Amino acid sequence: MPAQPTHAAQFADVADVTTRLSAAGYLPDHQIATTVFLADRLGKPLLVEGPAGVGKTELAKAMATATGAELIRLQCYEGLDEARALYEWNYKKQLLRISAAGSGGADWDTVHDDVFGEEFLLSRPLLTAIRRSEPTVLLIDETDKADVEVEGLLLEVLSDFQVTIPELGTITAVRRPMVVLTSNATRELSEALKRRCLYLALDYPSAEREREIVLSRVPDLAPGLADQLVRTVRALRALELKKAPSISETLDWAQTLLALGLDTLDESAMRSTLGVVLKHASDQARAAAELRLN
Amino acid sequence: MPARAELPAPVEPGGLAGHLDGFVRAIREAGVPVGISQAVDAAEVLTVIDLLDREQLRHGLAAVLLRRAAQRPAYDVLFDLWWPLTDRPAGAGRADDAADGEPEDGPADGPLPVGDPGALAESLRAELLRLLTEGEEEALRRFARLAVDQLGSGAPTPSGQSFFSYRVLRALSPDTLVSQLLAGLLGDAERGGLAEQVARQTARERIAAFRTAVESEVRRRTAAQKGRDKVARNAVRPLADQVDFLRAQQSDLAELRRTVAPLARRLAAKLSARRRLGRAGRLDFRRTVRASLATGGLPLVTHHRPRALHKPELVVLCDVSGSVAGFSHFTLMLTQALREHFSGVRAFAFVDSTDEVTRFFTPGADVVDAIARIGREADVVSFDGHSDYGNAFEVFAERWPAAVGPKTSLLVLGDGRTNYRHPGLPTLADLVRRSRSAHWLNPEPRRLWGSGDSAADKYREVIPMVEVRTAAQLADFVTTL
Repeated sequence: MPAQPTHAAQFADVADVTTRLSAAGYLPDHQIATTVFLADRLGKPLLVEGPAGVGKTELAKAMATATGAELIRLQCYEGLDEARALYEWNYKKQLLRISAAGSGGADWDTVHDDVFGEEFLLSRPLLTAIRRSEPTVLLIDETDKADVEVEGLLLEVLSDFQVTIPELGTITAVRRPMVVLTSNATRELSEALKRRCLYLALDYPSAEREREIVLSRVPDLAPGLADQLVRTVRALRALELKKAPSISETLDWAQTLLALGLDTLDESAMRSTLGVVLKHASDQARAAAELRLN
Repeated sequence: MPARAELPAPVEPGGLAGHLDGFVRAIREAGVPVGISQAVDAAEVLTVIDLLDREQLRHGLAAVLLRRAAQRPAYDVLFDLWWPLTDRPAGAGRADDAADGEPEDGPADGPLPVGDPGALAESLRAELLRLLTEGEEEALRRFARLAVDQLGSGAPTPSGQSFFSYRVLRALSPDTLVSQLLAGLLGDAERGGLAEQVARQTARERIAAFRTAVESEVRRRTAAQKGRDKVARNAVRPLADQVDFLRAQQSDLAELRRTVAPLARRLAAKLSARRRLGRAGRLDFRRTVRASLATGGLPLVTHHRPRALHKPELVVLCDVSGSVAGFSHFTLMLTQALREHFSGVRAFAFVDSTDEVTRFFTPGADVVDAIARIGREADVVSFDGHSDYGNAFEVFAERWPAAVGPKTSLLVLGDGRTNYRHPGLPTLADLVRRSRSAHWLNPEPRRLWGSGDSAADKYREVIPMVEVRTAAQLADFVTTL
């Protein structure tokens, strides 16, 4: 059993998490700060689940900025396999090397050892994150999009932080990366994977926090308008829409209003900019009817 | 853990560890599966966080104990019971706010006219209106504690004082404050239109928050009087995905509707995943060799044959009679969501006759509208409006003979209660034989199948029948599909 990779805690306490994430441009609420602190302190991967656009990926980026770590991102998609997630042999280069050796007359043993060396190894995000000796945040984005087999791979990598490459031997992490997994909950992740993670359910923020987020990201917006904007977005979320507006859409809306030079969000302003927040025709029709825009 | 080495060392049973154990048990009882390793993690959390910060404790334990967002409301109720505010050494029985480090008193604590209940309620109402207009959550919670203390107590009985949220809510009747609250929120903005709608929503949210605060305070006081186990059992509502379709109330339906979207997405992702699997099919030897000529005979790039696509077709036959209203409402929403992902979904609804309702579910259409339109426009009732499965199947097989073919998956949704009419077994068996796969989802508990006028037992012999009473069971079915 190899020695556990070292893990140095990055944050002193929960308040420290809040301060440093805020400095990195992400305003965490109490729940987020506590969970991030625990993930760091207990050295466990953090599974962030929630609807699209509530800032899951942003959180990982802010964690990287706050701890001065490099962000390594593995974007999951259907059909993602080991060769794309972990490592792959650069087979084109290997072929060229063999054919070059064939014409040069080198003996097979040399060539054989040579083509399975570091030079021909294509390191993919998981392996890259494990091999780094500097602080690293590994972001595994949209885990629910990947196939179930990838979860098995993740389990193996995330529990021991080591990878076995038959030709090279076992590579163990020298420094345990902070791992953040995100999921839109399009499917239930396996119990085994969830058990190894800390769970953070992100939802739309409270009115107060959303207002702060809007003002910190769009500082030129008048506070009164920000207040009006956030309350309108909350009214939209209360309707039964196909896709409720997310934080990023609130921010887009704020920027739109600013760019158009509107200083109040009234019926006509809303009619002309509704497309920024609602992306379905049926949602727009519904919102217009319920909020008496006509 | 270098920084916190001095914090709680292992505690003897019955102390903090015993308390945590009780809490974990209560969560399990509420239907949240908590494994042993999670319980161990929870104990580890206690050693790392600041135990004096109650919110930190709440979120910290949630991070290791919960695995789904739907479990959170039940968790919060139980947390408030197990780690109540007054567990702190100072001021037993007094609802003080030391938890967030603010030793200040409640805002309306001093000048209350004690003795005259009418005047008391009146002054509290004025205070409530002010707080609702300002909308500061912490102040509102503090006020809820005060209001329960002043207005919520029932007549003292030998077993102690009881508290009732309805007393508080009746005395303060927050719902009647809406118009004044609107005036306060709108300021001098004109009434009507957008501004008012937005303000209404804000008012609704704040009043709901106040109600929740009052209820949670009443639970806390009751638990202090009567023991928390008793309260815990009654206080926790079943998780949304475990609510019985047939018993779902209006508020449950709204909650269910929120669970259906991810479920449909999951089902769609599953079906389309199968469709897209193996984008690269078998090696195309000819093209690979031909391409390798350009690189001196080395096959640097391999070429693959594209796979033949399997386009799933889904036919949904849904009972929309009154007896299964909650269920059919839910499944029609599922149908609508699926329509948005597949062109090959056809929906049919029946009561005692069958009509195609696919046209009401065009992508982008509103589900609630579609369901209302089915009731109005679709030709699903020919005789008396009681379910007639036999006739419905026969009409379906006769009018749409081509709907079910060798590529079709057939879903029948209904309770199989035929009102003692003929079940139309041969017709259904024929449909099943022609389809690629067929399933019947029955919202009734399995033990009732075949009782009374239910023909579920007979149908079971010709079509695989699955009990789907809750969203959770539907999710299970989807994964096995």
